[in-house]
Amino acid sequence: MSHALVVAAGPVIPNFGKATGCIADNNSFFCIPWMRQHWSDTLQPALVQHLWLSGIAVGIGFCIAFFAALVAHRLGWFAAPFGVFAAFLYTIPSIALFQLLVPITGITVTTIEVGLVGYTLLILFRNTLAGLRSTPPDVLEAARGMGLTRGQILRRVELPLALPAISAGVRISVVTTISLATIAAYITPYGLGKPIFDGLQINYQTEYVVAGLLAIALALVADGVLVIVQRSMTPWTRRRQTA
Amino acid sequence: VDAQEADSVTIASTFNLHTFADAFSFIWHDRGLLAAKVGDQLQLSGIALALAIVLALPFGVWLGHLHRGSFLAINVSNVGRALPSLAIISIGLPFLGIGHPVVIVALVVLGWPLILTNSFVAVDGVDEDIVEAARGMGLRPYQVLLQVELPLALPLIFAGIRTAAVYIVATATLAGIVGGGSLGDIIFNQPTYFLSGVVGASILVSALAFAADFLLAGVQRLVTPRGLRSGSGSQWEEDPSSVLEAAAV
Repeated sequence: MSHALVVAAGPVIPNFGKATGCIADNNSFFCIPWMRQHWSDTLQPALVQHLWLSGIAVGIGFCIAFFAALVAHRLGWFAAPFGVFAAFLYTIPSIALFQLLVPITGITVTTIEVGLVGYTLLILFRNTLAGLRSTPPDVLEAARGMGLTRGQILRRVELPLALPAISAGVRISVVTTISLATIAAYITPYGLGKPIFDGLQINYQTEYVVAGLLAIALALVADGVLVIVQRSMTPWTRRRQTA
Repeated sequence: VDAQEADSVTIASTFNLHTFADAFSFIWHDRGLLAAKVGDQLQLSGIALALAIVLALPFGVWLGHLHRGSFLAINVSNVGRALPSLAIISIGLPFLGIGHPVVIVALVVLGWPLILTNSFVAVDGVDEDIVEAARGMGLRPYQVLLQVELPLALPLIFAGIRTAAVYIVATATLAGIVGGGSLGDIIFNQPTYFLSGVVGASILVSALAFAADFLLAGVQRLVTPRGLRSGSGSQWEEDPSSVLEAAAV
């Protein structure tokens, strides 16, 4: 199995030093001394990086998709071309997209972010637009009758009513991004994917098992936090089921 | 072959429109290799999808029939979606070793919740009045399930299988990092196949995902009872392509 292009520049043989027990023997998939020893230099930085990578990607993706959805809401013709563009990006296998970006943006965080942002657009755009368009005609009629301007209707009526759909979109794109960011580490060595691929390459079980567990924990915690945020922002939906 | 390789070396470092032309010539020239990889990928996906169906469908249909466990059936798919496949593979590796089984487990974990949730929602959502009428006609509970609820639920059940299939086919690429046997062997191996090979294999992965989607959309239409095919049943006719939900993985 050959590892990624430039990642292999790092040390391939782990420096076991004066290691003893399961660290040197690699005979357990849950070597606690190794975890203690490498929490601060490997696992914790990777976890923090992963959080940043995913957060920035969803943040930028949300800004682009939200703006595009507002434009598409106002100018109906814009929905189709942007939707097709986002869908096209979404159908490119991620590992190939990251490799295609390397000649342009290099082995950098930019490569990961461009790829990850690209994958958030479809879900966020679709959900935001669907949310904005789901305002019942009667409600719009009433708002207009009360003398609200278009901008006021958007801010006070359409956006609040679109919140459940928008936050459902954010939730899906966050967990998708966390998952894709692990794969991105095959090309660009950042985030929790790095210890996974490093561990696989040197066949050190604890490293990839623990990094995998951390990735799963991060995704579940992020999903749970978003559910709580979503519920507190839209208290009126609490009795309904939002998938 | 040498000239071609020399060509590809330059392509790997300078990315331009030729990359795509070379990707197609790679697909043509190495069609034997690619056919084998496509075969592997389909076999892997087929086994995983079959297992996911066997493990999820009866459970979801049964819960839906009883109208119980909606919290479990709906939330399981949210949790399932949150699990990164690469992480599942890395955790399963010490138990299952390098090879297809660990990938199949990760793919089943990916597809299982989608099928479970959809089959639950499908059976749970069958019109109460119809079920009531069937009971009134003297049908036994299993007859209600087999003759009334299941036929009416089939289109939505197949929608779940379809989405799961697209997810699974696209994600089977990950087999390339643990022992191989899929188009991932090429996509994860740029040093050997160059960027043009990576792009060529990726085009095939996308094509497979679209093909799976198209094929199962056809099956979905076939299993839709005639009474649901038009009019009020248009809910799933307008269903957007599942590829758009799944292909990025």
